[in-house]
Amino acid sequence: MSEITYLEAIREALFEEMERDENVFCLGEDIGAYGGAFKVTEGLLAKYGEERVIDTPISEAAIIGAAAGAAHMGMRPVCEMQFIDFISTGYDMLTNYVATARYRAMLPCPMVVRGPSGGYVRGGPFHSQNPEAAFLHTPGLKIVYPATASDAKGLMKSAIRDEDCVLYFEHKYLYRRIKEEMPAGDHTVPIGKARVAREGKDISIITYAATVWKALEAAEQVEKEDGLSVEVIDLRTLLPMDDEAIVATVKKTNRVLIVHEDTRTGGVAGEIAARINETCFEWLDAPVLRITAADVPLPYSPPLEDYVLPQTLDIVTGIRKLASY
Amino acid sequence: MARTGNPAPRPAKFHGDTRTPVRGMLSPDVRLELYYYMRLTRTLEERLVNLYRQTKVVGGLFRSLGQEACAVGSAFALDRSKGDILSPLIRNLGSMLVQGAKPAEIIRQYMAKGDSPTRGRELNIHYGDLVRGFVGQISHLGDMVPVMAGVSLSFKMRKQDRVALVYVGDGATSTGAFHEGINFAAVQRCPLVVVVENNGYAYSTPLRKQTAAKQLVDKAIGYGIAGERADGNDVLAAYEVTKRAVDRARAGGGVTLIELVTYRRKGHAEHDNQSYVPAGEIDKWAAENDPIDRYVKRMLTEGLVKEDELKTIDAQIGAEIDRATDEAEASPMPEPDDALVGVYADPAVIPPLWFREGVKSAVEVNERPSSWGTHDV
Repeated sequence: MSEITYLEAIREALFEEMERDENVFCLGEDIGAYGGAFKVTEGLLAKYGEERVIDTPISEAAIIGAAAGAAHMGMRPVCEMQFIDFISTGYDMLTNYVATARYRAMLPCPMVVRGPSGGYVRGGPFHSQNPEAAFLHTPGLKIVYPATASDAKGLMKSAIRDEDCVLYFEHKYLYRRIKEEMPAGDHTVPIGKARVAREGKDISIITYAATVWKALEAAEQVEKEDGLSVEVIDLRTLLPMDDEAIVATVKKTNRVLIVHEDTRTGGVAGEIAARINETCFEWLDAPVLRITAADVPLPYSPPLEDYVLPQTLDIVTGIRKLASY
Repeated sequence: MARTGNPAPRPAKFHGDTRTPVRGMLSPDVRLELYYYMRLTRTLEERLVNLYRQTKVVGGLFRSLGQEACAVGSAFALDRSKGDILSPLIRNLGSMLVQGAKPAEIIRQYMAKGDSPTRGRELNIHYGDLVRGFVGQISHLGDMVPVMAGVSLSFKMRKQDRVALVYVGDGATSTGAFHEGINFAAVQRCPLVVVVENNGYAYSTPLRKQTAAKQLVDKAIGYGIAGERADGNDVLAAYEVTKRAVDRARAGGGVTLIELVTYRRKGHAEHDNQSYVPAGEIDKWAAENDPIDRYVKRMLTEGLVKEDELKTIDAQIGAEIDRATDEAEASPMPEPDDALVGVYADPAVIPPLWFREGVKSAVEVNERPSSWGTHDV
């Protein structure tokens, strides 16, 4: 079997799930005839037709709201946000309607909202966002953010099969930059389970999405240059968070660096740090540190974007600070 | 200063409208049912007012006084045997009763009981039942339009012979969700009926401050869909205009926007003193254009029913509401830790927070202590 990219892995999952279950359908802006802004849905229209691959008006609230209504009736909609930045215009539908539906009205809402996310691509303030923290605070939603091609496929398949709404963030920097051979058969990845991306014993990095790769790069560098053994945990799912995996790595290395591409204040890293503080404070040999973006809208120009976003060297700096504590 | 837009609807326009010929479409039995559901709605709400004043209603109380014909007439146009589904708004208790909601359920909801349809999670008539054909609304106005667009989209995709209907008020027509939902459904030619109940006010805001449109039905033109306007206080007119829209939707003719002109005789909720309403306006509507009075007058004029028969129905409704009240009052409040159930299908229950472990209930007595500073000590 040949290797496929992260983007192709998502597409493969969509094809397989639409083939497996006729209730699965896709809707979004320019996803049909054009195949999507990044071509994730390319070929779906030709195979499944306009009924199941719906080009919608520019209406994120309608896309998400209509998906919810269809999901109540037993359909399995997969919504594309052309860029995940635009999910904000569907925020009300997601947080007030979709997320509460099961709890307040016993209405199932099995649906996926997916979209190209993240920076390092010179996309500027409105084509680079990582809005996961805005939804981490909403009970009733699930959030996944894969870092590898096989996880991209397996998490998409699990998200479509999940009984609740899953926000599926896909990192556009990784779309065509990473390749992998897919596991054989009906490959799913469980939602809510982190992955040990690299075993280590001195320091733990807890991260997700594109910064998994930067963490791995940094880990290799400090192994060579400092002789440090760094463990990298790829969360894969942010909600529900894999507390077991977090506690296990804290107890193993006793020093934790949390890395994410999103801005700092109110970000996912703060939540992880709080959980570590509450559950395994006595296992720590150093304060939990964060490497994140600066608290600014993401600027466009390369020197500015590079300065704001976490880079491999920043992670190396973080590791060294923890090691010397 | 020049006023822009339309004034609140005037009752005189429909005054004394008993000349409309008998419709051949509805049998006498069904016409009596229309009366039954309008009267049931009003009597149930009157009972809820009593319970509210006895402080047995935990939250706010919302009335549909004077709007019963909109709710009942339009809901009757759906075919429950075909699985049609509606999404009510806060003035559509009558629509829910037509679809099979039970008075005891409504009272349990208002009393926040543990065996209410939402197990105490949601208030008032915010609940649904897909089997009986109504989807629970949320408080964010307009949001149900995209949702019901999706419900009707599923009917279309599965080639089912079903229609969806969504209610909004005049205020919700200003929201983005209303626009996005109706436009989406129009483009997809979904079997959807959008009923705009124009009762003149959104909370305290009159229609002229809500829109510059001459009439709300005009919005249909911009969406490329059918639009009709009818007297919402004439239950048969509400039925007929909705029936045409439902038939159109079922035949593949797409979305219809219906404007039902009515009047909200009570405040937004029971606490609202309606200080913003011009003097005499409410009394005029009550005296001249009450939908139940009008319908009774017509039925009596047409010889469809005798006064004592109506009295019998009223007595039956009274007894039904008494029984429902007794049942609801006897219902238990929820178990506190039921709050942790059902956020997700998996996990079905979330663990209690560490400071709640082993704790049965969070407070001993729900009374406001004077130390909060809201009362003089």
